Amino acid sequence: MSTSSPPSRRYSLPLRARLATTVGGAAGRASRLAGRGDGSVIGGVIGLRLKPDLLSLLARGRQVILVTGTNGKTTTTRLITAGLSTLGQQIASNAFGANMEAGLVAALAKAPDATLAVLEVDESYLPATLKATSARVVVLLNLSRDQMDRAAEIWMLARRWRAALAQAPDCRVIANADDPLVAWAAGQAPQVTWVAAGQRWHDDSWCCPNCGSHLRRDGEDWYCGECANRRPPVSWVLAEDEVIDPTGRSRTLDLILPGRANQSNAVVALAVADVFGVGVSQAIGALQQVRSVAGRYTTIERHGCSLRLLLAKNPAGWLEALDVLAPPPAPVLLAVNAQVPDGRDTSWLWDVDYRRLRGRQVFVAGERKLDLAVRLEADEVAFRIVGSVDEAVAAARSPSMEVIANYTAFQQIRTVLGRTD
Amino acid sequence: MSEGHGRHRLGSRIPQDPGQQRLPVPGAGLPVPGAGPPGPGAGSGGPSAIRLVWVYPDLLSTYGDRGNLLMLDRRARLRGIGVEIAEVNSDQRVPVDGDIYLLGGGEDLPQILAARRLAADGGLTGAMNRGAVIFAVCAGYQIVGTEFGGAEGEPVPGLGLIDISSGRGDRRGVGEITADVDPALGVERLTGFENHQGVTSRGPEVRPLATVLTGVGNGDGTEGAYCGRVVGTYLHGPALVRNPGLADMLLRWVTGSLPALDPQQEDLVLKLRGERLAAHPASAG
Repeated sequence: MSTSSPPSRRYSLPLRARLATTVGGAAGRASRLAGRGDGSVIGGVIGLRLKPDLLSLLARGRQVILVTGTNGKTTTTRLITAGLSTLGQQIASNAFGANMEAGLVAALAKAPDATLAVLEVDESYLPATLKATSARVVVLLNLSRDQMDRAAEIWMLARRWRAALAQAPDCRVIANADDPLVAWAAGQAPQVTWVAAGQRWHDDSWCCPNCGSHLRRDGEDWYCGECANRRPPVSWVLAEDEVIDPTGRSRTLDLILPGRANQSNAVVALAVADVFGVGVSQAIGALQQVRSVAGRYTTIERHGCSLRLLLAKNPAGWLEALDVLAPPPAPVLLAVNAQVPDGRDTSWLWDVDYRRLRGRQVFVAGERKLDLAVRLEADEVAFRIVGSVDEAVAAARSPSMEVIANYTAFQQIRTVLGRTD
Repeated sequence: MSEGHGRHRLGSRIPQDPGQQRLPVPGAGLPVPGAGPPGPGAGSGGPSAIRLVWVYPDLLSTYGDRGNLLMLDRRARLRGIGVEIAEVNSDQRVPVDGDIYLLGGGEDLPQILAARRLAADGGLTGAMNRGAVIFAVCAGYQIVGTEFGGAEGEPVPGLGLIDISSGRGDRRGVGEITADVDPALGVERLTGFENHQGVTSRGPEVRPLATVLTGVGNGDGTEGAYCGRVVGTYLHGPALVRNPGLADMLLRWVTGSLPALDPQQEDLVLKLRGERLAAHPASAG
């Protein structure tokens, strides 16, 4: 991949591609003005219709970093962007989670002069994007069950990642060694930086992805009892709130973003920043400035109650969200939808352990509140079904409330409360 | 789950003792308290405890399969029936003295491994021969048959607990499914979600569980199968949650009779069931 780029990238694009990005950009502005979304996808859709290889053209001459995994893509993309921003260069990024081809095209078209691009990519779309962008760095965070009605099964995803990465000799993979599926997927990549970023959810990695035998776990370590597959030696380690870099030096993260999952995301971001020559201390300083990510972790005042918004889209995500809840008696509002972006199938609710909500004030909302209610009833968690956030706020009579919602339920709540990023 | 749900946790999902991790634990799963033949009523869960065995949650649990365990547990306990739960991993022995065995869904490779290990273990077959109830969904449904399609569609031998044979269809059936249950079983219309690419045919002794109203099921207009006390279905994951009648049928096969529930206790389940059936009305054909 070329690391030098022309002074102004816009004019390096062929005429039709230039037209495609211009028309697409206009559509994005129109979409924003019309109040339909943040305009980050529609422009890409139109551009791609005019020029199907637009992504590859737009990526040319840039250093592209792709971020994928089941959970943490948007946050990690944001953290990497923060870390790299210390370089003082313009960075293209799909910061709001539009992670299919159109979203990537829109992000690149919007920043024609950016030589760096930090792009989150849908898990199933990684192989195609890797090929189209000749990515310099690929970040693999984790793999766990998610939206099974439309996503590929995860062992199959891991196989596709493994095949694609094996054929990317110039790409550096930064992979979480604590997730056996991720480790296996990165196992044939020519250049890998292994990060001990932790794994909270174990229920999709009881068995060896290589041979199917039981994986043995011994503290942090894991290994297969039958074949040679085992946790690779790591160069970056997350230990409590400390990061140990490849030289063995330890530093405190001290993020504003809550929870262990975000500490994991931060270590990965530091490893990426290191590839581009950003010092660890400098990068940590930048990461500490990040307060919220596309509305997640934001606190919003509503009728005298501080609502903190947490997004959780699948069992591993819910586990992480439940981990960061303020301690009782803080009331909790849970909201679940099952629109296409959420997955039409609510079966995953049964993979989440809700028992730790026992004894709290719990409110249940969303288009599939009955599914959630039946689930909580089975875990013997007392709850009240509400029709709106305001109803929960009025009933709770509490100065603060924690809100956990899945994708479209989260967006609906943000719309009601007023968008703040 | 990283933290077990089981009320009476007999089989350990996550061996804590590193020494335990190296070897399959003989007799893991249900402890046999040295009593006589353990039917309903034996064990430590009370005089009429039902023993639920979740088979291989490490291989066969892709999307909410725990729901079936939790619903059986809840509906038994609401009636004052004690419940013992064993979660038996694929490196443990499957006990033969359970009352109801649950098998969940799985991807191709885990499914093949589960079939191979269950055949070598023999516990599930032994349990069936003792008259235990087996409820198998999705990949588990295929495993209890004589053969199923592997990763490339190649035939893989199943356990042959029931005379059904499965292969791979042309395309994946993904979506809500509704089906009318064989009237002989006296269970109300099924509602659930299916997500599979299997097609399943039956031998002469086996009856379809239901007739498809919307969705794919076995691929021939029928859904699931049953023979004796073995029941299989393509409704995946927590199939019993929206089908309390099916859950009660399985419990009744063990206990003989089952008192009715206080309507309050199943109000939410019935509301959910009603909502789902209304959202996906059975368009005949």
